Amino acid sequence: MPFALLKYGLSGKYPSQRHFPVRPALKSSYDVVIIGGGGHGLAAAYYLAKDWGITNVAVLEKGYLAGGNTARNTTIVRSNYLTPEGVRFYDESRQLFSDLSHELDYNILYSERGHLTLAHNDAAMRTSRWRAEVNKHMGVDSELVYPDEIAKICPQLNLSRDVHHPIEGALYHPPGAIARHDGVAWGYAKGATERGVELHTHTEVTGLKVNNDEVTQVETDRGTIKAGVVLQAVAGMSSEVARMAGLKLPIKTIPLQACVSEPVKPYLDSIVVSGSLHTYVSQSSRGEMVMGSAADPYGLYSTRSTLEFKEDLMMNMLELLPCLASLRVLRQWAGMADMTPDFSPVMGETPLKNYYIDAGWGTWGFKATPVSGKRMAETIATRQVPDLIKPFALSRFERFAQVGERGAASVGH
Amino acid sequence: MSDSTRLPAPAGSLIDRSATRTFTFEGRQYTGYAGDTIASALLANGVNVLSRSFKYHRPRGPLVFNGQDTNCFLQVGSTPNVRADRAPLTEGLNATPQNVFGSLRFDFGSAVGLLAPFLPVGFYYKAFYKPRGAWRFWEPVIRRMAGLGKLDHDARPAYRDKAYRFADTVVIGAGPAGLAAALEASSHGASVMLVEAGPRLGGSLNYARFMVERDRVVTARDELVAAVEADPNIEVLTDAACTGWFDDNWLAVMLEERLLKVRAKSVVIASGSIEQPMVFRNNDLPGVMLGSAAQRLMREYAIQPGRRAVVATANSDGYGVALDLLDHGVEVAAVVDLRAVPPDCELSRAVAERGVRIITGHTPYEALPAGGKRGIRGVVIDALGHGSGLVAGQPQTIDCDLLCTSIGYTPAGQLVCHSGGALAYDEKLAMLTIEQLPGDTAAAAGSVNTVFNLYAVFEDGRHAGWSAARAAGLAVGAEPGREHESDAGTQNHPWPIFPHPKGKDFIDFDEDLQVKDILHAIEDGYDDLDLVKRYSTVVMGPSQGRYSALNTLRVATRATGRELHGARVTTQRPPFEPETINNLAGRAFQPVKYTPMHQRHVDAGAELISAGAWLRPAYYGDRDQVAAAIEREARAIREGVGLIDVSTLGKIEIRGPDAAEFLNRVYTFAYVKQPIGKTRYLLMTEASGAITDDGVACRLAEDHFYVTATTGGVDAVYRNMMRLNAEWCLQIDITNVTGAWAAVNLAGPESRKVLEKLTDDIDCSSEGFPYLFYREGHVAGVPARLARVGFVGELGYEIHVPAGYGEHLWDAILAAGADHGIRPVGVEAQRLLRLEKGHLIVGQDTDGLTTPHEAGMAWAVAGKKPFFVGKRAVEVLARGPLTRQLAGFELPAGSPVPQECNIVVRGEEITGRVTSAAASPTLNKVIGLAYVAPDQSEPGTTIQIKLSDGRLLPAKIVTAPFYDPDSERQAL
Repeated sequence: MPFALLKYGLSGKYPSQRHFPVRPALKSSYDVVIIGGGGHGLAAAYYLAKDWGITNVAVLEKGYLAGGNTARNTTIVRSNYLTPEGVRFYDESRQLFSDLSHELDYNILYSERGHLTLAHNDAAMRTSRWRAEVNKHMGVDSELVYPDEIAKICPQLNLSRDVHHPIEGALYHPPGAIARHDGVAWGYAKGATERGVELHTHTEVTGLKVNNDEVTQVETDRGTIKAGVVLQAVAGMSSEVARMAGLKLPIKTIPLQACVSEPVKPYLDSIVVSGSLHTYVSQSSRGEMVMGSAADPYGLYSTRSTLEFKEDLMMNMLELLPCLASLRVLRQWAGMADMTPDFSPVMGETPLKNYYIDAGWGTWGFKATPVSGKRMAETIATRQVPDLIKPFALSRFERFAQVGERGAASVGH
Repeated sequence: MSDSTRLPAPAGSLIDRSATRTFTFEGRQYTGYAGDTIASALLANGVNVLSRSFKYHRPRGPLVFNGQDTNCFLQVGSTPNVRADRAPLTEGLNATPQNVFGSLRFDFGSAVGLLAPFLPVGFYYKAFYKPRGAWRFWEPVIRRMAGLGKLDHDARPAYRDKAYRFADTVVIGAGPAGLAAALEASSHGASVMLVEAGPRLGGSLNYARFMVERDRVVTARDELVAAVEADPNIEVLTDAACTGWFDDNWLAVMLEERLLKVRAKSVVIASGSIEQPMVFRNNDLPGVMLGSAAQRLMREYAIQPGRRAVVATANSDGYGVALDLLDHGVEVAAVVDLRAVPPDCELSRAVAERGVRIITGHTPYEALPAGGKRGIRGVVIDALGHGSGLVAGQPQTIDCDLLCTSIGYTPAGQLVCHSGGALAYDEKLAMLTIEQLPGDTAAAAGSVNTVFNLYAVFEDGRHAGWSAARAAGLAVGAEPGREHESDAGTQNHPWPIFPHPKGKDFIDFDEDLQVKDILHAIEDGYDDLDLVKRYSTVVMGPSQGRYSALNTLRVATRATGRELHGARVTTQRPPFEPETINNLAGRAFQPVKYTPMHQRHVDAGAELISAGAWLRPAYYGDRDQVAAAIEREARAIREGVGLIDVSTLGKIEIRGPDAAEFLNRVYTFAYVKQPIGKTRYLLMTEASGAITDDGVACRLAEDHFYVTATTGGVDAVYRNMMRLNAEWCLQIDITNVTGAWAAVNLAGPESRKVLEKLTDDIDCSSEGFPYLFYREGHVAGVPARLARVGFVGELGYEIHVPAGYGEHLWDAILAAGADHGIRPVGVEAQRLLRLEKGHLIVGQDTDGLTTPHEAGMAWAVAGKKPFFVGKRAVEVLARGPLTRQLAGFELPAGSPVPQECNIVVRGEEITGRVTSAAASPTLNKVIGLAYVAPDQSEPGTTIQIKLSDGRLLPAKIVTAPFYDPDSERQAL
């Protein structure tokens, strides 16, 4: 029995302690206004307060706390990217994640499971080797493995040759992990509000007033705010919010669907991804199989679900894990993926002097939550873009200087 | 089994007492009847504990008996989480309890129950992570405690297919409303599909009381069912669950072994309502059940749910339950009515007349457990206090072994939320109602539409059927009228929730959550309904909130000081009922494409490899002598003649007056002035400037091009062309003819001699048919398109014939070439030969960002054209500085051959990667292509290739092509 739980059992009355305060009244002015109370916005608020002592901060969220893509992702953390820029960035994130429960004093249920990206053909084997070689050179634990090794790492997988797409090999990334997505956001919200940050849920930004290349006012359905600096972190609505600031983003928004099964006892430890089969799966600590597929093939601002998604996903899933046949799908949902042309995010400065952006997270936003928050906070506090995120500048698209992560990010996770 | 445990007929309408079924549960053998569910058969055998609860491992029995909650989940063979209260009993079935450590009777997991005070809501967020590394220890423990059934690693999918179906009107649910709606819609000429989740038609008419003279209900049911079954316009599906209602009335209907995908013009949702549990202490014990569950057990399975019952109610249905219990030989100790002054009704009068004690203004406050919490021995009731959920503190105990509750309903309306509808709380009715239907082709009828009076339900069904027929575009007469009241206001008690200081007042049975857990979540700051759900996991279990969402909404909304009227439950998402993965998957439809000459390759002993959807010969010969086979084939082409099946090449016809203009815009080169009868290289870039495909354009006429694309790229190229021309509206027609043509590459110094033997209408001389020219004529007597192009760097011809002639052409060429030592050649040798020639393969030697300039393809970019897709980016990037360049490298013979995608490093820096590499027998060295930093691309520079084992391999940059650098051989 962990000591932390004794107080609950031994106290007559529930020793409740709000993790975040009741929503305060909106002030007329803040040093920093963060639009978007999801993981990224909350992490940025937390690090602004903790690392830089900037606490006159309001986080504005139009729905409930972290109810957008933070609530809808499939919680995978990894750093086995393809470009050196991507690897460096996501590896810092992974390292922050691995200590986050202590940092936040909130168990985010971070669980290193090992991550297998399966390859079923020559092209996928090449990409896997490319990623493995880049990863290893940069000190990230990653290796191209062949079926005999896969059988040891993940004996649940069907390694038979007698399938449509036999497994030829895999990129194996032992530190690949899952975490409780909501817990990450709640932990950051708790840490930020403890340090004085204000959390304004159910507060929708309705307009941004721009004057002389500066955002002067943030208009909300609860009143107008003056802001020293504004950060937008609204995955799934990035283009729409940026449009309020007069900015046009090279982003296309596409639904990304996922589903969970009914819970079963522990069966699958590894996180398994197959690019060729547009499929990924992991088992949550609750016992549900968390399964997803590639993004829908069209742009749409809707989180409705489709039948076709499940049919394709399950057809492929049974090729990898045939024993899931008798299991049942309990719930499906969709999130909104803001896709950039090069499958890398957009972070840092905008043409507006006091307006910063954290966008274009496609299907890989969750795994960047800590690092994006930390580095965006640094950017805002120092008014200097850290080297780590410079490659992801919005201005790169004017220069056609892309950070090509298509090969490492194409299937969701 | 002795039949004495069953009630006499007519009870047991679903079981066939003449057919017994033997089965095993927890290692013991039992007998039931055909028509039984697993759970009903177990109950008939006196087994009333079927599971242990999720968290505290409390004994659980049938609560709702409707195939939805985890109380009746069992493992059956290799299938986890089987709903034993719905799954039919089959001969020899072997069931075991789930989530039990030990046995159902002695579950060591129940020790967790002793720790309950130490496991507050969200406890895992609050502990287990200190000191660092602790979670690594605790996580496996918690994982083992979680989960329900077990997967069987050796289980395999069964054959499952699917069907597409169409109907004017789909009626979901075949209770009184659905039956009436189906008949009405059909009467207007609609083709109707009636989808019923249960095993037979009738819904609540099969088990509920409705009125004192139940015979009238039975008659009404029988008449309706007979009419429906006799109606040729109505297709009846039973054991068919509508699990999803997607955009535009696209419905998923799940049968036991098949998924139906149904498109309807209109939909009537008549899915009924879900009886709701009460919340009081020990409300989860076996022996506490919903009134409707008791009715089902008695009427459908002839099972007496107890001997002495208390019925708690707040509507007339509870009195119907009491009458049913009496009629089936159960003593009714009391009816406890939560209402202070229940309105007079026929049913309550009848109960009173039978001498049953009716206690008004009281509620059950605590069920008293019998031995080992495997049943109850009584119930503590109390007078209602002042204020919702409060009791007056005047407890009295009534002995009983059964407590039935009937205090209200929630509409089974989740489906309407899947495609845009919504449910909201109506405080006057104290229930959720459909606030909005998904569009005007949808109608709701019956209790899902908050219509409860049986006569009103029939009217509501008729009305919905009428409006569905109208929405399906049929001529319908006047709108049917209504005479009866819905009785919606008399069904639900507004607050059937009586928290107990000692807890165990369960609000979510699947997730083992008590009232205090909801309140504590809110106290912890999770004060949105969605946050309450996510933090406490309420409504997230297998029954998806059917029995917990309403009470949670009430408790959480009040605790957060919000307005209950108009409040919405958390978003309902598909599926409405869990869907078997096997059925969703169906048959895997992943076709493999064979080239027209496929059988010849198989006969010749080729090893086949995948190339996109195609299978292609990798090489011809033994697997254990791959290198020899490749070398033999390569030598044939370098020294004699070889034949390669290139039928998988993409082939697209572009015709029309704007054909050349179209190619000019889609590809980087210039095509307007391309002469008829000549070929030209094609290079495609996307808007970012990256290379996406290549091929060859043959100009057949002023307005006609025959274009090739890569095997893997053609589908995307074709799709992209169609999209672009949808924008541009040029006068052209684009046709993907990839499968319509067979194609071979006849290559090698002897190839001309072979071709000459096979044609008499094509001048094959080097003047008559020069390099890069295109000709049409006959080869081996069949019409052919020929192009003097090739990938391998020797004299050669690409010959395309209609696919049906593929084998004929293949045979004829091999026969004609026999004297020249011709060999069939596979992809492996072709790749080696093209590498010697320095030709790149798009997708292998390029990646998602490679520009023409980086790849050394600047020559294929026509700078003067006003536009092509990617032009701006290509030009901006070409101004440089470039960040990398594709270059040839070589290593001495005998060196290790680097693998594709081994990286090129300079200290810490990664400057590039190897894209192709091979040991060349012709050149007697190792050659390859690699991306390197621009300052490393000068011939003579040494680069460091990092092998997969970490070794650094110095290689020398050289000028490609490695073979025949002046390209004299292919131009012969």
